[in-house]
Amino acid sequence: MNNIISTNILRFFILVLIQVLICSHINFLGYINPYIYILFVILFPVKNNRVLFIFLSFLLGLTVDIFLDSGGMHAAACVFIAYVRPVVLKFSFGIQYEHLTMKFDAIEFGSKITYITVLTILHHIILFYLEIFSISKIMLVLQKTLFSSIFTILLCVLITIIFSRKTK
Amino acid sequence: MQQIINFIIRNKTFLLFLLLFVMSILFTIQSHSYHKSKFINSANFITGGVYNSVNNITGYFNLKSQNDILVEENNYLKSLLYNSEQQTDDSFFNDSLSFDKHFIFGSAKVIKNSYSSTDNILLIDKGSKDSIKQDFGVITSKGILGVVNKTSKNFANVISILNTNSQISAQLKKSNHFGSLTWDGKNPAFVQLLDLGKIAPVEKGDTIVTSGRSSIFPKGIPIGTIEDFNLDDAENFYEIKVKLFNDMTNIEHVYTIKNIDIVEINNLLNENKNE
Repeated sequence: MNNIISTNILRFFILVLIQVLICSHINFLGYINPYIYILFVILFPVKNNRVLFIFLSFLLGLTVDIFLDSGGMHAAACVFIAYVRPVVLKFSFGIQYEHLTMKFDAIEFGSKITYITVLTILHHIILFYLEIFSISKIMLVLQKTLFSSIFTILLCVLITIIFSRKTK
Repeated sequence: MQQIINFIIRNKTFLLFLLLFVMSILFTIQSHSYHKSKFINSANFITGGVYNSVNNITGYFNLKSQNDILVEENNYLKSLLYNSEQQTDDSFFNDSLSFDKHFIFGSAKVIKNSYSSTDNILLIDKGSKDSIKQDFGVITSKGILGVVNKTSKNFANVISILNTNSQISAQLKKSNHFGSLTWDGKNPAFVQLLDLGKIAPVEKGDTIVTSGRSSIFPKGIPIGTIEDFNLDDAENFYEIKVKLFNDMTNIEHVYTIKNIDIVEINNLLNENKNE
């Protein structure tokens, strides 16, 4: 139990630092940045209580916001995906999730990608919509969402593969 | 009462979500209006410190290009100095105590640059300790950069011209026709000059400078050249695409501009408004 708490605290700070110091300055093709800090929300233990989880996600988003001077857009996107995560979990893992036996290290690759993709796209749509903040520029929102999502998903999947503990 | 408490306990997750979500939306709305973002900014002890210490390391990587820029500027200033009509003899000296100055310049370093989002905000390593205040102008050796927004003790936030909220008064260099400079949030190499009257003699390649009508920038600071122009929908004003002199993606050394008369000017403007 102690191990889980310290892992998550460490993960929180490392992801925020990597995000604000490296990932937000990549600017591939001018504007494409990965937002890998949502790995904290993605990998947060399933069984923990949801109130704490939503609050921590808000804190995560707010920290990134303060660093990037972006108001509250990251916080809003993070809180949202933290709230809808149980639904997405049920959607991508089905029965495995309902029995509360799942661990992120020991799940099928296909459903893991579905899970990460859904959460990433939801996060990015809200983030870029709040960043651009105008309905008339919806095409720009979708364009940014699409390209950044591809980048984020790729990096998130790679990181989860590299840092997963083999259970087999 | 019992029922209400029961309801809150049953829906505590949803209520917490709603509360936090609304809070962050409010912060976002605040950040989209000029000079309103109160709590969420990077000009504080922790974030400023992190950016500063990282910049101490990464600053070495673009030393060469920054030195080239500074030498280029020195070159230009030297050519101005030694070619001027005025004789630069011993009696000519400049100190900060002379009273005929309207603008005081200071130097600073950008420790966080940003150009990829639609509302870009920079962080510089000078703050209220160095008497930087809100509404100081910030320029580089090549042209205009932005306006100071929030300051903390050691750091200050600068609203870049690459920010959809920023509006800066600009004019043609060859005539006094002026308009306002805005950004459409797309390409960091180009900004838009709007509200320039149809009667103005606009040509491609013309230089755009600051107009000196706002109390922030002195007149004649270079901004960019006209890349393309067309009339707006009502056909009364030009919409001009301006190519910036500055490379906004490579900025390190900047100058802050303090207007000594800013209080006087603002008082006068407010008096006019109240009448």
